[in-house]
Amino acid sequence: MKLITHNMLTSKSLKGVNVGFPLKICATEVKEVAVDFNPEFVTRMIPKLDWDALCQAAESLGCLNDLPRSVNPNHENDEEFLKKAHHVLLEVEVIEGELVCPETGRKFPVNEGIPNMLLNEDEV
Amino acid sequence: MNTPVFDFLKDDVYKSVYEPSEDSFLLIDALENDLELIRKLNPSICLEVGSGSGVVISAVSKVFPSAYCLATDINHVAALATKKMAETNKVTVEPVVTDLTSAVRSRLLSQVDLLVFNPPYVVTPSEEVGTQSLQAAWAGGIKGRQVMDRFFPFVPQLLSTKGLFYIVVLKDNNPDEITEFMFGQGLKMNNVLSRRCGIEHLSVLRFENG
Repeated sequence: MKLITHNMLTSKSLKGVNVGFPLKICATEVKEVAVDFNPEFVTRMIPKLDWDALCQAAESLGCLNDLPRSVNPNHENDEEFLKKAHHVLLEVEVIEGELVCPETGRKFPVNEGIPNMLLNEDEV
Repeated sequence: MNTPVFDFLKDDVYKSVYEPSEDSFLLIDALENDLELIRKLNPSICLEVGSGSGVVISAVSKVFPSAYCLATDINHVAALATKKMAETNKVTVEPVVTDLTSAVRSRLLSQVDLLVFNPPYVVTPSEEVGTQSLQAAWAGGIKGRQVMDRFFPFVPQLLSTKGLFYIVVLKDNNPDEITEFMFGQGLKMNNVLSRRCGIEHLSVLRFENG
């Protein structure tokens, strides 16, 4: 699970949960993989992201480095910024661990790089 | 669009995954027919629900490398196969195990440019629906509609203004009834492609804001 995907996941479907975002990451195995830099991809994704949640997730995995806490309004032309965002979004992968609902503490396993967000019938 | 390579599915690990079959290929062919239309849309976010082996979303990702491609499935082994399919074909697809779009919906409201679903459409007894085994890939329950009917109300919420939704249906699913329901949700239908595959008469329908 890349951090771009973590940014899309919520536990809102759990009974009684209002927002369910962002899920806390408790990782036991994290991998860094090289992905070709595609500035168009990063530029187009930025408006769709919750930037705070991304920074929080990156920080919890110790890979925030010097990624700015807020998005520069002129980021399209800032290649250095886009490369940092690219790294955090696409090159950091949680392989094993858990995602934790911020409201209920319900844990969702991440195995073999895939988050399992399935709920039991009585949780919906 | 090229059909992704999927020899790895012969491995034992993936034996509970629905192998790419005529319906998968029909869906890829339908997307190819509409490629110019989809190109014009320049999709940022593509989502396949029930990706199975991942053959369809990997083909999409190959054509649209600047799009974020997300895939859901209820079966972990299918999600794993989707990941492997993407890696084998050198594309990026992110799999999530969830029921339909349950875990991603609230973050993707009005954001999905290309939404694809090859649902379990086979008419079966109701109790065969919703397992997490291979049966989940095809068992559609009454009229073969039990799973897709659960998903239809979410389609207008997920689609971006110009977003497109493609779904594989069987003649037995009563496409007219589906079209009527979706029309009520503000979406218009085009039949992109139909084909007889053995005893199945399959179509790919496209829905968009009308």
